[in-house]
Amino acid sequence: MLERVQSERIQSDRTMIDIRDVTRSYGSFKALDNASLAIREGEFFSLLGPSGCGKTTLLRMIAGFDTPTSGSIAVDGQPMDGIPANRRPTNMVFQSYAIFPHLNVEQNVAYGLKRLKLRGGEEERRVEEALAQVSLTGLGKRRATELSGGQRQRVALARALVMRPKVLLLDEPLSALDKKLREQMQVELRRLQQAVGITFVLVTHDQYEALAMSDRIAVMFGGRIAQVASPKEIYQRPVNRQVADFLGGMNFVKAEIVEENGASLVLDTLGFGRVRTDKPKSFMRNGGAATLGIRPERLRVLWDNATAKFEVAGKVVERHYFGEITHLIVEIAGLEKPLSVTETNDFGADDIPVGASIRLAYDPEALVAMAD
Amino acid sequence: MTVAAEGSPPLRMAGARRNPLLQSEAVQGFALISPTFVYALILLVLPILVVIAHSFWTQNYLTIDHTFTLENYRIALTEPIYRDLLWRSLYISLTVSLLTVALAYPIAYFISFHGGRHKSLWLFLITIPFWTSYLLRVMSWKVILGYNGVLNSGLMGLGIISEPSDALLYNSTAVIITLTHAWATFAILPIFVSLEKVDRTLVEAATDLGDGPLRSFLRVTLPLSAPGVISAALIVMIPTVGDYVTPKLVGGKDGVMIANAIQAQFGKASNWPLGAALSVTTMIIVSLMAGATVLIIRALQRLAR
Repeated sequence: MLERVQSERIQSDRTMIDIRDVTRSYGSFKALDNASLAIREGEFFSLLGPSGCGKTTLLRMIAGFDTPTSGSIAVDGQPMDGIPANRRPTNMVFQSYAIFPHLNVEQNVAYGLKRLKLRGGEEERRVEEALAQVSLTGLGKRRATELSGGQRQRVALARALVMRPKVLLLDEPLSALDKKLREQMQVELRRLQQAVGITFVLVTHDQYEALAMSDRIAVMFGGRIAQVASPKEIYQRPVNRQVADFLGGMNFVKAEIVEENGASLVLDTLGFGRVRTDKPKSFMRNGGAATLGIRPERLRVLWDNATAKFEVAGKVVERHYFGEITHLIVEIAGLEKPLSVTETNDFGADDIPVGASIRLAYDPEALVAMAD
Repeated sequence: MTVAAEGSPPLRMAGARRNPLLQSEAVQGFALISPTFVYALILLVLPILVVIAHSFWTQNYLTIDHTFTLENYRIALTEPIYRDLLWRSLYISLTVSLLTVALAYPIAYFISFHGGRHKSLWLFLITIPFWTSYLLRVMSWKVILGYNGVLNSGLMGLGIISEPSDALLYNSTAVIITLTHAWATFAILPIFVSLEKVDRTLVEAATDLGDGPLRSFLRVTLPLSAPGVISAALIVMIPTVGDYVTPKLVGGKDGVMIANAIQAQFGKASNWPLGAALSVTTMIIVSLMAGATVLIIRALQRLAR
């Protein structure tokens, strides 16, 4: 809750990066296909998608390492056409960190400041401050070759932040770290972004990373932006099966549209019967068929004689134990694919035998309608 | 001590059979390189030892006097003729290596950074001059630089000079030009290799941090390619000091180098000890110069930060 309040205070509605109809073609291949996006000032924005979806191409075009075939990019209201990377108000944290191997930590961080010829110890002060921001105080004299992966990443961050850019671009910055360090850095990056208030644009293929850190996410597939929304909305209200699938597990159920009006849809399904759901803003009807989705964790096992207003009955066909949770595969009469159910283990879901008949409760709010 | 030494040999032999050292990687490695090592020992180290030994002896008409003397070194270091020849050799080789590295660097840079898919084609093209003999290449410089040569007739045809210049051939400049051309490939290749190793994202990072193309080159690419520059400089410098063919063919009397004097001592003058002393002196000075070059380039590299 507190986090929310803070982020709303720093964020404004002012557009920091304005991407208009940007296309990047390599011969007949379109790495980016007519993408438009407005990233707000002070926002932690993620470009999420599988490899080859164009997210890195877009980031590199904001940085100035690549030029759009058509369309335009503006940063802080200033058009970036023809402005080389070294004169843009953006700085980048590279995937490989690109730490200069012939320089020590301090010299790496001060690299961009040297050109500015700061006076009266200003350079040293800013380097110190940047090193403190990434918790590397005291390691200034360390050689670049003597750093661990996590430390290299912090140096890359400090080196970019010390330039006080309007936009910080991060190209898969956590992908080279091990799981534990990655999770720790996610929290730290988010905290750092809140503290400095700079617009962060992160490229990642890791949906959990994007969900955990971002204010907003753009999900991309095949050079196109599929959906731009907050993490919660992307996760709970994906616009299509592709987005839903990429953002974690999702059960898909075939549905037929019975009724459609401005705000809601009435769908007929085999397993869940007739349901009324909110109509997504971007819902585009494609014939009479649609898909209904429900996340595995939004299905709850009903114990003993407990009842729920909305429930489905089925039979457990598989059980997978994951420590804190158990994953059940439940066959439902009428559904061609069994449902995945994720249940926490505090009520003994891990003891449900394969073959048992169980009932599952769900909240109709958790059902998402997607165009086919 | 003596008792232990007498008692231990049988024990040691028994131990040697089970010695894990014989199975160790180091021993296996030495076994692998031993043919090459023996070859190098016989053809490289032995002759050098013979030369060093000779340098301390005296030529006595047809025989060699084996009493130890430093007289040869006194002559080699103090006689003006040898001193001048040595200085000239050092000057020529240093100039040649500086010029070669300076001219080779842009070529290596171009191939590495802008060669695209044709890198190997470019490298292949660079080796083409090596398909002809070195003598032929030196002779063709004679044709270019000679009194009635290509350069003179060209300059005259353009009206820049009215009569052929004889300042082009048979002097140290001619030697420098010929050697610079001859050694270009040996400088291009090591520089190319070290440029290939420069991570391109480092250049991008420098650009991202505000450096233009020239600055990022001076602050990132050049320092990181210094190992290639060092080896290129050494590869050119060390053999050119002792070059014999080039000064003989295009050097004239002003282009004579120390190797020509050494050859004369072993040949016509028939004073092997003096020739040996000149060789050893040259070897030592070249080693010192090579060491100094490495130190200077390293210092420059540190300054560039």
